[in-house]
Amino acid sequence: MSNIRTFGVIFVVVALLAMLPFGVSGYVLGLLTLAYYFGVFAMSWDLLFGFAGEVNFGPSFLIGVGAYTAGLLNHYPHWPIWACVITGAAASVAAGLLLAIPALRLRGPYFGLVTLVAVLVLQNIIVLFAGVTGGEIGLDLPDVLSIDDAHNYWIALAFMSISGALLFGLSRSAVGLILQASGQDAVQAGALGFNVTKHKLAAFCVSALFSGLAGAMLVFYEGTVSVGTVVDIGVGVQVIIAAVLGGRRTILGAALGAIFLIVAGEILRPLGQLSTFVVSAVALIVILFFPGGFLGTILRTGER
Amino acid sequence: MMKFFQILIDGFAISSLYGIGAIGFTLIFGVSGVLNLSHGAIMVTAAVAAWAVAGDLGGGPYGGAAAGVLASVVMSFATYLLVVRPIQTSRRIAREEKEIFVLTGTLLWGIMLQEAIAYFFTSNPKTVRPLVAGVINIMGVRTPRQEIVTALVSLVVIGLLWLLINRTRIGKTLLAASINPRGLTLLGFELSTIYLYVWGLYGVLAGIAGVLLGAFLGVSSDNVGQLTASAFSIVVLGGLGSVSGSLIGAFVVGYLETITAYLISPSIRTIPALLLLVIVVYLRPQGLLGRR
Repeated sequence: MSNIRTFGVIFVVVALLAMLPFGVSGYVLGLLTLAYYFGVFAMSWDLLFGFAGEVNFGPSFLIGVGAYTAGLLNHYPHWPIWACVITGAAASVAAGLLLAIPALRLRGPYFGLVTLVAVLVLQNIIVLFAGVTGGEIGLDLPDVLSIDDAHNYWIALAFMSISGALLFGLSRSAVGLILQASGQDAVQAGALGFNVTKHKLAAFCVSALFSGLAGAMLVFYEGTVSVGTVVDIGVGVQVIIAAVLGGRRTILGAALGAIFLIVAGEILRPLGQLSTFVVSAVALIVILFFPGGFLGTILRTGER
Repeated sequence: MMKFFQILIDGFAISSLYGIGAIGFTLIFGVSGVLNLSHGAIMVTAAVAAWAVAGDLGGGPYGGAAAGVLASVVMSFATYLLVVRPIQTSRRIAREEKEIFVLTGTLLWGIMLQEAIAYFFTSNPKTVRPLVAGVINIMGVRTPRQEIVTALVSLVVIGLLWLLINRTRIGKTLLAASINPRGLTLLGFELSTIYLYVWGLYGVLAGIAGVLLGAFLGVSSDNVGQLTASAFSIVVLGGLGSVSGSLIGAFVVGYLETITAYLISPSIRTIPALLLLVIVVYLRPQGLLGRR
């Protein structure tokens, strides 16, 4: 598949999506808005896992730090939205560096566990200081991005498209290739003269930056920040499933997977409690029979 | 002083329970290199099966316990045959990626079990009918008899497991598989048969742990994630794949949680254990007794 054709297809898809507010209800727009933010979460996770080879079980640690920093700054000192979002993203990058320290020493399941524990500790801290953070119930924010469904939708779509383009570009650049090499065989990549540590640190920072930005923007879309929507392990699990489902190492596939998960969950809502069961079963079948995920499978058939 | 004995007794029961819950998890990892993230779901399946058979179906506490262990064994084989083995034998998944696929696959499978249980039995907490009723007095602490049974059964089963692994032929084969699987196949052993044994054994251990947990503290399908996470932490603390390490890890975590709950506040019960875990993982990634 040539790059020009790929960009053509993506441009048309984004343009069509941008037209949606003229044709569908606010309810559908709200759903897709949420899905777009999740798409950015999943793409950031894919950069870290698919390319740098780091199994991060705690994407919601990075997301949560960004979201809560932004939320607290808006709730207490009433900082304007843009300042909150930037500070939130910066806090998330700091959290990413904190995670990167063990990642450089530990491998596989051990690093995975540290990331999982990071989420649990963050969650416990938030609940423990419920007086400041609102605990399980969450915190209301005085400001929101917009009260108009269409505006919110366009902001989210633009945000996802720009993040996607940047992350995709990065993954296809020389840096992305070096990352992929260090993820697959760190020793050999080092022997070829690449600074593995520096590149992995960069991957953590970039992944955290986009996770934090998306987390901070999501809370200003929802007008509230709570453990259940940005920190809970369930959120992280959904991000991981989305990325694996869409196709690892494709970046754009991760966004597809996220949109699929959220939309499918909503379509299956009449099934009640069984909807999660069905979505998990579909995801399990996809990873068992089409391990390349949606995009991986499509691209492979395209190449033949 | 009263509080001291209370912590001693409660901590002991909880630690033994954590021990038996975590040992199956570490056994699977040690022998076949699989981190089974549906562990919590299998324990809850056992507890709910025991609850349903002992209560609604009139099987009595012992019938219920048997049904719980049986359900867990069935689920354990299902996990291996439907999820883990297809991923391990798949040609389309690159070798270095099998680990993340097994993790994601078992995680999804666990979510499916959790949702199925919530759908058929609701997610309300369920308490399995205790094997023995009543309360006795130890050093001035009123202790439910079931708590003593929990500790005893856990320790006896762990002792039997130790005998099985170190004193029988099949146990030695399992041990060999954890040390050098290729060497074992060269000696003419079929690895897939060994894996079936270990998953069967795991099913029994997780089943007993689930039933005891259901009778001691009660379970709900909402506990699935928490149970998997605590088994994972205990096992990493003790050293992945090390059975005795897991037992030590279980006692450290069990007592740390009990002490925190009694002396500081129940609401931060899990935090000191988590922090200890982070410190251990930073300073000694292979865990207390792990080998690399």
